Amino acid sequence: MEIRTTFHKRLREIQDDVLAMGSMVEKATSRSIEALKERDIDKAHEIIADDVKINKKRFNIEEKCVQLIATQQPMASDLRAIICVLNIITDIERIGDHAEGIAKIVVMIGDEPPLKPLIDIPRMAEKVNEMLHRSIDALINRDADAAKQIVSEDDEVDNLYDQVFRELLVFMAEDPKTITRATRLIWVAHNLERSADRVTNICERVVYMVTGKMEELAVSKY
Amino acid sequence: MKMNSVFSNGKVIDQSKTKLRTGAVNLYYGSFQALRKISLEIPEHAITAIIGPSGCGKSSFLRLFNRMNDLIVGARVEGGVELDGIPIYDKTIDVVELRKRVGMVFQKPNPFPMSVFENVAFGPRRHGKRNLGELEDIVEKSLHQAALWDEVKDKLGQSALSLSGGQQQRLCIARVLAVEPEVILMDEPCSALDPVATLKIEDLMRYLAENYTIVIVTHNMQQAARVSDMAAFMMMEEDRAGVLVEYGATSEIFTNPKDKRTEDYITGRFG
Repeated sequence: MEIRTTFHKRLREIQDDVLAMGSMVEKATSRSIEALKERDIDKAHEIIADDVKINKKRFNIEEKCVQLIATQQPMASDLRAIICVLNIITDIERIGDHAEGIAKIVVMIGDEPPLKPLIDIPRMAEKVNEMLHRSIDALINRDADAAKQIVSEDDEVDNLYDQVFRELLVFMAEDPKTITRATRLIWVAHNLERSADRVTNICERVVYMVTGKMEELAVSKY
Repeated sequence: MKMNSVFSNGKVIDQSKTKLRTGAVNLYYGSFQALRKISLEIPEHAITAIIGPSGCGKSSFLRLFNRMNDLIVGARVEGGVELDGIPIYDKTIDVVELRKRVGMVFQKPNPFPMSVFENVAFGPRRHGKRNLGELEDIVEKSLHQAALWDEVKDKLGQSALSLSGGQQQRLCIARVLAVEPEVILMDEPCSALDPVATLKIEDLMRYLAENYTIVIVTHNMQQAARVSDMAAFMMMEEDRAGVLVEYGATSEIFTNPKDKRTEDYITGRFG
């Protein structure tokens, strides 16, 4: 017989909040790349403004976790689930900040002509979003294996980052006038690379929640 | 850290120094089996908590260690129960001497209807101490150890029954300490106390665990988590006999229990 139904209902509500926060951040990341592609400064400003909502959501979840710990004294896997959420929301929020960072670069770029068609950067963003989405699914499903699998895919993002970096380096070497524009694109790629690392942190926390073991699953190249 | 040490609840527990040990103990009350095959090693100078649902035999298990079950008609023990490696159910054991070494604090404070001083002096007197000066020293020391001295030093002659519930329970602890035991058994020592009095007793337990081995039965899991170094989870089997499900460092039991039944119990998925 389930005894702590109220407590477990509140714990599920917190997980739903994390899911919602994850969607907000996924949207911010994909919109930031759209804004970059379309040179859409209005959209970039919207993303920057929306980051406040993401931060608020994070505080709101954190507060709910603190209340649950203070009033319900969770134990064992319940305790680990709450600690996991507390850590994960920091990482999700930071991924939101990286999207906001990209939006700010879009504002900086303004209406400068594009250096080259964007191929690898949108791929990076897509991969980051896919990893983030799956990591939150792994949290909801208590799936440590899925979390470990996601960590192993961080190399794909690192490789794309390498590729972007090398390519832009060639542009800069050939024509120093491109340095400003190329550097800004490297910043964008760097933001995405950091976001993928944040996803690996989330996965480490999911593994802890499921197994009770704190372990570093991947050391990123960057 | 040594092989036999475990870090739990902010303290290193040396598990190689076993104070109490049970080896596949069975306890019967007449034809009813209350405990089944319980094997446990309780480390010295640490607090071990016994947790589990009502009726799982926690108190019966605790009472094994000072042979309190002997007082129940039809009670029978099989298997080994040892204090410092010596079997305490051996015929040669003097039960009065055993209960001096293994003191007990009960659920409801049970001071004797006499003065504060006489309550604490009662045990030492029974064990042959007659010199008043010596008794005064013992009473003061015991009350200090029980963190009660400052509150009662001016009313040692007053009836113990005039003290508050929390004070009465600390007086009972002082009474146990007065005969210089090695082990203190506590059976739900805070269940009749308010939260502040409870925290005072818990604090006192942490202090006493420096020099005494404490075994506490509690159905308050938060209390077990707060106060103990080691925790044992017991359950009832279908025939209502109590069994040991899991035993380990408190930090481990309350964050990452190995047995699903422990997990389900401490997270409130069954009770």
